[in-house]
Parts: sequence; structure tokens; C-alpha cells
Amino acid sequence: MKILHDTRLMFIRNMQHTLRSPVFVFVSMFQPLMYLILFMPLLNGLGGVPGLPAGKTVDVFIPGLLVLQALFGTAFVGFSLIDDIRTGVIERFLVTPVNRSAILLGRVLRDAIILLFQCILITLVAIPFGLSINIYGFLLSLLLYALIGITMASLSYGFALIYKIEDPLAPTLNTIALPVSLLSGIILPLALAPVWLQDISKINPFSYAVYATRALFAGSFSSIDIAEGFVVIGVLAILVFLWGLNSLKKMAS
Amino acid sequence: MIETKGLRKTFISKGRGGNKKVEAVRGIDLTVRRGEIFGFLGPNGAGKSTTQKMLSTLLCPTGGEAKVLGYDLAEQQEQIRQNVGCVSQAGGADLSSTGIENLVLMAQLYGVDALTAKKYASEFVERLQMSSFIERPAQSYSGGQKRRLDIALGMIHHPQLLLLDEPTAGLDPQSRAYLWGEIKKLKADGVTIFLTTQYMDEADKLCDTIAIIDNGNIVVTGTPEELKSSVGGDTIVFSFQSEETARKAETFLTEKVQGARIQTKDNTVRLTIKDGEKMMPELLRSLDAQNLEAQSVMLSRPSLDDVFLKYTGRSLREDERK
Ligand SMILES: Nc1ncnc2c1ncn2[C@@H]1O[C@H](COP(=O)(O)OP(=O)(O)OP(=O)(O)O)[C@@H](O)[C@H]1O
Ligand SMILES: [Mg+2]
Repeated sequence: MKILHDTRLMFIRNMQHTLRSPVFVFVSMFQPLMYLILFMPLLNGLGGVPGLPAGKTVDVFIPGLLVLQALFGTAFVGFSLIDDIRTGVIERFLVTPVNRSAILLGRVLRDAIILLFQCILITLVAIPFGLSINIYGFLLSLLLYALIGITMASLSYGFALIYKIEDPLAPTLNTIALPVSLLSGIILPLALAPVWLQDISKINPFSYAVYATRALFAGSFSSIDIAEGFVVIGVLAILVFLWGLNSLKKMAS
Repeated sequence: MIETKGLRKTFISKGRGGNKKVEAVRGIDLTVRRGEIFGFLGPNGAGKSTTQKMLSTLLCPTGGEAKVLGYDLAEQQEQIRQNVGCVSQAGGADLSSTGIENLVLMAQLYGVDALTAKKYASEFVERLQMSSFIERPAQSYSGGQKRRLDIALGMIHHPQLLLLDEPTAGLDPQSRAYLWGEIKKLKADGVTIFLTTQYMDEADKLCDTIAIIDNGNIVVTGTPEELKSSVGGDTIVFSFQSEETARKAETFLTEKVQGARIQTKDNTVRLTIKDGEKMMPELLRSLDAQNLEAQSVMLSRPSLDDVFLKYTGRSLREDERK
């Protein structure tokens, strides 16, 4: 199928770019590792408050931390696209009969793979800190992180295609990623929040992802949170991807 | 191979104080015949690139219609993309990849398998003599090498029609001459070429048909010979000691030679007349008799510069200086 053929080509091209300077794959893991090493010990002292059972802090914290990585680790991929627009590479692709979705799919899939690699590394680092995981739950949750990564990457590419210049891109994405991460109970459990904050968090799709991955890590497969998380994030990923694709097609107007 | 009717593009650009309309292309009709090199000549901002982008499906026309290779521009974009080659002004090579990676990927995007793609790539490496640098990342290429890669990328799939946007802009004379040779070879191979340029000499040397575009409109179309003879004569350029002398000479010459076109700029007077060769000695003698001694005289057969001047009222060079 043409879309698969073209997506594969685009994926390989983009992955080659990333692997040419692999150090950035590690640089963007710095933030979560800092949280793990310098912030989590603070949480340990809080053990016992609602939403944070004593002695299990790390099990609650890590799934959310990986959601944080999925949000911020992919939020700025749009910069590479602006570079490609500026050098004419995207126009070069667009004059060929390449499938339009493949141009974006090849990028977001690369971003998702890099993200999964980072998530696995962070999880491995967390094991000495006492993390206990259900391995099947963990593998399933990787799928959810990938979907979050695809959502954020599509958002980043969509704005890159609209702005076509770097300056407004980072502020825009920070403005979106920061509140949604605070509102999803990643750093501290939302059980501690006042009611109004809890209410707002219910319309934040990413808080569903945090609940779902906590349930998955714990191996509570019967929890409704898991299905909710997949449905909410799955639908969101598709919508945001289509929006990004629309921005790409609008370049011709 | 290309036929447009009233093709038009209006950009709405958001700026301070509301939206501004930019009429980049104002309804152009052009016909490019099979096997020819069609020159699309015009100054900065004339609408050349915009036209080429519409023809290569990168931009949606605001109005009008076009057939490219017989395919309808609005309906059959897939077929146009598959069969037309395009080299944009910016080039579009992926600078951090090597030339060969660029070429292979591009061929694959046109649907050929990896093996054939490699075959196509090495064919063009040989044809455009790129083997000494093609394995290096493209960001290390010289201007001429980069341009060769750009052109190879545009024709990697052996299209019947190639759109080239200012292929020799900014190149040294040697690289330009080399590319001109390659473009002529393509024509000999039966490829039809739509060539955008700001250079008169380029259009003159390469093209079978030329359309001059200015400010979004095509002002004239014809073969270089037709256009030049339409200017109606040869040009004699007299240079004088001072601007004042030049102005006096202009007044004198205007009376003396009826029906000639005369233009004075600084200390030179340009006179366009029929049979310039025969007229020149006599004109010099009578200028001398008036004590308007010319310091130098130059006779030139009509050039496309003169054509441009005639149809737009401006010199192409003047425009470039702005
Ligand atoms: N995306 C755009 N938005 C607004 N105006 C545009 C856009 N692209 C081009 N223009 C304007 O349209 C006009 C024609 O531009 P175009 O690039 O076609 O000129 P050109 O003939 O290729 O010039 P050059 O020789 O400098 O390449 C110019 O005035 C340009 O500023
Ligand atoms: Mg141009």
C-alpha cells in the first residue's frame, strides 16, 4: 500500500536524522531524571496522604513521570520541521506524488519510537529506587505513552506548519503542555487538590492517561481507568494528527 | 505540454493594519510546446516562482485554469506530480544527508524500488559529474555542486517536462556555462523545459520561446528573434564628457533623426534606429560639427534588454538595483 511504503521511507529518513546526533535523545531525558533523583525523595516523606500510599510513592510517581516525558519530550519536535520547511525539503517532498499523511506519519512514528526508548530507560533507572511493575501492564502502557507522544508531536508539527518560524513555537507549546501536565496529577496526586481543581482535571485528557498507566503498572487490569485512558488518548491522537495534516495541506493555499 | 488560461494567484498576507492583498500573478495565458525550452523572464517579484509553484501543484491557483502534460491542474494533481520534474529556487536538498542519500530517497518517493532508485541515482551522478562530492553531506557543497544536485533531484524520475526556477542564479560563469550545456543536452533528449530566469543572456542563448512577465502579467511572448526584431532597430550608445553635453546631444539628435527612440541617462545617450551601422559615421560627423564630441560610441544589435525596456518601460538592471 502506498501510504505504508511512503511512511516507511519517511520514517527511515527521519530516524537517520535523529541518529546522526543521538546525544539529543539523552539530553531530553534530563528533566525526568532530575525529577526522579531530586524530587521523588521529597514525595517519600509525604507517603500516607490521599492518593499516595506510604511506601508505594515510586509506584505512583513513575507512571506519571513518564506521561510528563511523553508531553515535554515530544513537544518541541516542530523545530526540526521548520528547518525542513526553510531549506525547501518539504516542498521538495510535496512536488513528488508522496502520500501527504506519510510525510507527517514518518515523523510522529519516529518521535514515538524515540520516546519509548526513553521511557524504558527511565523505568530501568527507577527500579533501584524500589519501583515494582507488572511487566504486561508496563508493555501495554508503552502503547499509551506512544499515543501521547504522537498527540504532542502532531500538535508541535501543526503549529510549526502554521507559524513557519521558530520564535512563537516554544512559547505556544509550553503554554499548552504546562497546564495539562499540572492538571493531570503527575507531580502530586490530584486527591490532594481542592474540588474545583479536580473538576477541571476531569476535562484534561491527559489525566486519564495518568490514571490508566498507574493501573497498568500495578497490574489492575480490571480497572475501568485503563479502557478510559486508551479511548480518550486514542481519539485525541487521531484528531490532533488530522489537524496537523490539515495544516500541511493548507500550505498550498 | 503546458497550457494556461487566465491563471491567477492572489496572496492575502496578514500585516499590520489588516490584511493586504498581493496580486502575484494576474491572469496569464501561456502555451509551452513539446520539446522546447520555454523561457519565463522577469525581474524580482514579477511572479515567476509563484507561477512555477502553481504549475507544480505546490500552490492552489486563485483563478484560471491550466493543463500540464494534458492533465488538469485542479483535478489530476497526482498524475502531474508523477510526471513533471521540478527544481525550485530554494533547491530543497536535505543538507545533512549526502547527495546520494538525497537522490535515492527522491527516486523512491516517485515509486521505484530501492534497487532501481540506486541505479537512477548513479546514472545522474555520472551524467552531472558529481562523483567527487556525492558521498559527502550536502551542506559541504559549493554553490555550483549544490545546484547540480538540485537539478538531479528534480529529474531523477526522468520526467518529460522539467520546471526550473532560476537554475543559474548566483553561480560563477563557469558553472553557468556548464549548466547551460546540460540543459541543452536535456532538450536534445526530448525533455520539455520551462525555465524561469532573470538573465537576458540566459534566455537568449537557451530558449526557443520567451515570455516576459512583469508585475504579474505577461507583456510579450515570442522567439528571441521575433522579440528582438520587434524592437525595431539597432542601438547606438554615445558617451559624452558631461551630462550637460549629453543633454544637448539628445536635443540635437532628436531633431536630426526623426522617428528614433532616444533616452539619456547620466552622460550617455541611447539611440534606437534602423540601420544603425550605416547611420553611425554620419551621426558622429554631425555631432562633431556641433561641438558635441562623443568620447565613445557603441553599436549593438537589439538585445533582450532592449525588448524588456520596450515592453515594460524599465531596464531589467535598474530593477535589480533597487
Ligand atoms: N506566500 C506569499 N505571501 C504573500 N506574498 C507573496 C507570497 N509569495 C510571493 N509573494 C509575493 O508575490 C510576488 C511575486 O513573487 P514571486 O516569488 O513569484 O516572484 P519572482 O518573479 O519569482 O521573483 P524572484 O526573481 O525574486 O524570485 C512578490 O511581490 C512576492 O512578494
Ligand atoms: Mg522566484
